[in-house]
Amino acid sequence: MIYLDNAATSFQKPKEVETAMVKFLREVGANPGRSGHRLSIEAARILYAARESTAELFNVKDPLRIVFCLNATEAINLALCGILRPNDHVITSSMEHNSVMRPLRRLEQQGVELSIAQCSPEGFLDPENIKKLIKKNTALIVMNHASNVTGSILPVSQVGKIAREHNILFLVDSAQTGGCYPIDINRDFIDLLVFSGHKNLFGPQGTGGLIIGDRVDTKKLSPLKTGGTGSRSEHEVQPDFLPDIYESGTLNTIGLAGLGAGIRFILEQGINTIRAHEMKLTHSLINGLKDIPETIVYGGHDPEKQTGAVSFNINGISPSEISTRLDEEYEIMCRVGLHCSPAAHKTIGTFPDGAVRLSISYFNTPEEISLTIKSISELADKIKNNL
Amino acid sequence: MTDDYCVVLFHSTSSAIRAEAIAKREGLKVKLTSVPRHLSSDCGLCLCIENYDKEKILEILKRCGIEFESINQNS
Repeated sequence: MIYLDNAATSFQKPKEVETAMVKFLREVGANPGRSGHRLSIEAARILYAARESTAELFNVKDPLRIVFCLNATEAINLALCGILRPNDHVITSSMEHNSVMRPLRRLEQQGVELSIAQCSPEGFLDPENIKKLIKKNTALIVMNHASNVTGSILPVSQVGKIAREHNILFLVDSAQTGGCYPIDINRDFIDLLVFSGHKNLFGPQGTGGLIIGDRVDTKKLSPLKTGGTGSRSEHEVQPDFLPDIYESGTLNTIGLAGLGAGIRFILEQGINTIRAHEMKLTHSLINGLKDIPETIVYGGHDPEKQTGAVSFNINGISPSEISTRLDEEYEIMCRVGLHCSPAAHKTIGTFPDGAVRLSISYFNTPEEISLTIKSISELADKIKNNL
Repeated sequence: MTDDYCVVLFHSTSSAIRAEAIAKREGLKVKLTSVPRHLSSDCGLCLCIENYDKEKILEILKRCGIEFESINQNS
């Protein structure tokens, strides 16, 4: 079996992730921050350790500015719905996932003004296309760091600089890059950084979060939910300090124990080692696919400018049929269709049929990539011969 | 713990846990525990610091931006 659906959820995790989760289940198990007994304190320490690791990975000075959420989508909703008010203007890119587009379209119905910066058919963004959309009432620029369809990396640092020059908040969705591409919230001028726990950060599903930069005034970022936090219990109003203001209800502590271990693994391996490995595999995958005459490979065809997500089609057969046959005949797992990103598929010209996406993780091997290319080549031959 | 310690109270568990991690790194002898009966705290947790130097504790808390309620001498 070859798993190449890591842009959705990474399947192979470091063994430390499983160990940390089992340890929590067997030896800790209590509610963090709700009681003063040793197990509750230990649970709170595990959460804090996960915050510290996350802070180290993204260069955040204060780990308490990391707010844990269920997933990147919840974190994006917290940021967008918490900041934007009617008559505010927001700018995004034409390569966005629906995790950004759907909240924005709903906010648009509530009176928020939305502009979309056009990206190239390869999935790249010219920062000038963002700059020329800025207006007096622009409150926020939001974009993904890399597309989940083509893997194309967007110029976060340049756009962040533009946002800062115009005193506009900058929100980045790092679902596709967190853990496999260097991110520094200071160097990249990021005010709000969303991360997904279960992809390249190697946590389990049900983990993700939002990092609140120093420039963000929490008085102007409303919580998505309110409730019990274990702090200020004598008050019936929400506490105003981080992270409690945005973390009502018991967190997914066992999941975050796993996420913390996943991020610790990344820090130990080194982000540059991970990036180099994935670029090497992406290079082989792109070139191997391009060498098959019947395929169309999307994106920029340059591993330096993309993540390990590669989308393609084979002439004369639907994407879903390719995916089914890869699974049933070759045991290769991939994702097909629109990848929750209709805007991105419109940008690259594959809407509404979509494409087949293969997405690499640090745990994939050169042998797996060779075998995948060989299998797709064989499948293309079979299709040509009506087999 | 000897008798010579102080009790730092916090508004939130997260702050108490963060203070514990930092104080340990700074070489202080600390214990995170339930708040003694004669004191009260928002989060129910406090940090007991042995052989303490109040100025040093204040400096660490300030440098790391940790919000706290009060520092109480053991009595």
